[in-house]
Amino acid sequence: MISDLFSTTVIIGIISSGIRLATPYLYASLGETFSQRSGVLNLGVEGQMLMGAFAAFYVALKFGSLWGGVLAAILVGAVFGLAMAFVSNNLHAAQGISGIGFYLFGLGMSNLLFQKMIGTVETVQGFPKIYIPFLSDIPGIGEIFFSHNILVYIAFFLVPVAWFVLNKTTLGLKIRAVGENPDAADSLGVSVIRVRYFTVIFGGVMSALGGASLSIALLNVFQQNMTSGLGFIAVALVYFGGWRPWGILGGALLFSMVNSLQLWIQVLGIPIPSEIALMMPYILTILVLVVSTSKVRGPSALSKPFERGD
Amino acid sequence: MISEVLPDFRYLDSNKEYVMVKSNTLPSGQTRIDNMEICGITKRFPGVLANDHIDFDVKSGEVHALLGENGAGKSTLMKILYGIYHPDEGEIFINQKPVTINSPMDAIKSGIGMIHQHFMLVQTLTVAENVALGLLSSRGLLTDLDRVSKRIIELADIYNLKIDPDAYIWQLSVGQQQRVEIIKALYRGAALLILDEPTAVLTPQEVEELFAIMRQMVKDGYALIFISHKLHEVIEISNRVTVLRNGKRISTHLTSETTKEDLARWMVGHDIEFITSHEKSNVGEVLLKLENVSCNSDNGRHGLSDVSLEIHSGEILGIAGVSGNCQLELAETITGMRKTTGGHIYLGPDEITGLAPGELTERMLSYIPEERMRDGVIRNFSVAENMILREHHKSPYSRSGFLRLKDISAHTDELIEQFQVKTPSQATLAKNLSGGNIQKLVLAREISRNPRAIIAAQPTRGLDIGASEYVRAQLLEQRKAGAAIMLISEDLDEIFALSDRIAVIYEGKIMDVLTCEEATRERVGLLMAGVHPKKKASA
Ligand SMILES: Nc1ncnc2c1ncn2[C@@H]1O[C@H](COP(=O)(O)OP(=O)(O)OP(=O)(O)O)[C@@H](O)[C@H]1O
Ligand SMILES: [Mg+2]
Repeated sequence: MISDLFSTTVIIGIISSGIRLATPYLYASLGETFSQRSGVLNLGVEGQMLMGAFAAFYVALKFGSLWGGVLAAILVGAVFGLAMAFVSNNLHAAQGISGIGFYLFGLGMSNLLFQKMIGTVETVQGFPKIYIPFLSDIPGIGEIFFSHNILVYIAFFLVPVAWFVLNKTTLGLKIRAVGENPDAADSLGVSVIRVRYFTVIFGGVMSALGGASLSIALLNVFQQNMTSGLGFIAVALVYFGGWRPWGILGGALLFSMVNSLQLWIQVLGIPIPSEIALMMPYILTILVLVVSTSKVRGPSALSKPFERGD
Repeated sequence: MISEVLPDFRYLDSNKEYVMVKSNTLPSGQTRIDNMEICGITKRFPGVLANDHIDFDVKSGEVHALLGENGAGKSTLMKILYGIYHPDEGEIFINQKPVTINSPMDAIKSGIGMIHQHFMLVQTLTVAENVALGLLSSRGLLTDLDRVSKRIIELADIYNLKIDPDAYIWQLSVGQQQRVEIIKALYRGAALLILDEPTAVLTPQEVEELFAIMRQMVKDGYALIFISHKLHEVIEISNRVTVLRNGKRISTHLTSETTKEDLARWMVGHDIEFITSHEKSNVGEVLLKLENVSCNSDNGRHGLSDVSLEIHSGEILGIAGVSGNCQLELAETITGMRKTTGGHIYLGPDEITGLAPGELTERMLSYIPEERMRDGVIRNFSVAENMILREHHKSPYSRSGFLRLKDISAHTDELIEQFQVKTPSQATLAKNLSGGNIQKLVLAREISRNPRAIIAAQPTRGLDIGASEYVRAQLLEQRKAGAAIMLISEDLDEIFALSDRIAVIYEGKIMDVLTCEEATRERVGLLMAGVHPKKKASA
């Protein structure tokens, strides 16, 4: 029944799982924000997420260590980011195309490794909910804000951190300058290439963490193509959020709330065709993108390779 | 060695007396560069020998001017000194010691600063952020913009630069942006400053202010390299002048021992005649007409308001005005690149208000944009492709959707020859041409189609004297052929030399339109400052 949607329990449930679902988007989008602010468009996010999800899941499954899994995801993300950085900075590849290449590679590779090294669908015991005395017990509020696992909290904590780094540190200043006018940055002795290596590797690590948050904290399984487009949505959220961490937080929350609503609609058996329900978040994304992107301007040097004296 | 021609002086003061600079440190705290010497620098680009064994030097306390036609190799030499290009041969000495400069970082460490021909500022950052970029911070990983701002104000005070550290670059006028560039260099402890065509984008008043700053710097012991195409500026500000031609050094002299005519001859290789006046042409019917046109501007300042103008066939209407008074908006609304918020524009009998640029091309309206790098050429297209941008879909350049390369190539060759565009080949990318040659390319494309009306915005900015005279002659030629020409220029000499009538623009309004006879420099100057001479007289 539609009216079921408006009961307090359901509303709390929708918000609470909406917050949880925002986690992978936050990791991936914040990482992508850094690479785009420095002028590199990384469309390989989805592939990096899949590789991170697999690596974390594998280590958690075989060695029983969740933090080991997180570390594995970080390493794999860094390696992928390094490869993307090399291709875009040193080989001057068209970033849109090479990003798609990395996506396809990550998709195939994670599936292959899954088939060879694990084979069947298995589950792990993911990061547990953290119980905070008193706070977690507050009715409603407790479930919405204080019933999540550590990777969820870290994701939200990284929003102000990312804002701070971009706006208050010398590194952030370099990143912004390099993405806007690399020649100017270069003429002041800033190494454009080094900054871009950093941001793209960081982006890879964050994407992989986003993947790990799915496989060992939210869903606790690994399946072929388990991200199913989530990485691309994360890229869209960067535009949506106007290349700003707080905007991305808003976008990720809006998107995951609608997603959560859509899940609850299905759970409650409300008679809306599930295909339509599934489309809701995507339709919303397109609508909001159409309305919002015309106003904010992205980094001027986005997806342009840099060469001195060019 | 060139330095032998130079008596040992530090600073030539206003009484033409040599004054020794006492202290070894500059007001910024940096040690002086007593002497910088470039020896035998050679640089080849595909198809061009941009620098051919060039010797050049500059001392503390002097302005050494570098002159040469477009493409002579001035910017290339300076970019080598600043570590942007690597020389194929040659050496650089600072205070008699050889130095290797492999990157701008090395140059900065050696005390060299550069104000680029195209500014190197990040538009979306503030003044303080632009200055702080790439510097170590006193707070480690965190920025220390408050301290940077304080130091900016200190440095700005020394040279009377007046700048708000918290302003965003995009909010600043071109003149102010240049000050930011100077402060950036000073902040980094530059003792030798390269100024690559700093005056090309400035109004006469701003040029005077810049010269005042330069004089003060020279007095304080800085070494300055100054590039300009305006001979009177070189004569006014420099102590020595070196002329380059086709990548070679032609001469180095004390400025006081040369004349404008000498310099022009060394640059071009022969004497040139300056256009000072022109005969009346046969003025026909009105071709281009603006009726109460208004538009918005980008920065939320005043846009055009209620502009009405008429230009006849065979007439040049000069638009005089201090930069930033909506000249760009005026050109853009006529050429369909900006929306009008009111009024009508007519080309001949037809209304063209709101038509797309492509449509206007069909109707034979030509545009020589001020920002030629941005609006005039496609940087990564070849010279030939840029030449046919406007007509590429028409015979003979294409047939049934296919480009006809032979005809394109023949046409391009013809224009390169006719307009003396200096380029290694037709296939060279536009971005690799020197600044002046890009302008010639745009001009060749826009004029060669015999347009009915031409909007020419700063058409000779950045051009060497030979090319400037050529462009002016071409505009007069088009006028004779019956085109209606709007000449937007901040160079009053140019306006007076070419215009049949002069309109003065101020804060988006046309103050007055004067005939050649009515227009005196004083009158135009007052109007440019927003003062109505008549009203003032009656007040
Ligand atoms: N990156 C490059 N690649 C290829 N050719 C180049 C490059 N940079 C400059 N050139 C060529 O080198 C020559 C010298 O150019 P340069 O920019 O030094 O001229 P300039 O004297 O500064 O002229 P202008 O007064 O027009 O600025 C030109 O023929 C130009 O086409
Ligand atoms: Mg130049």
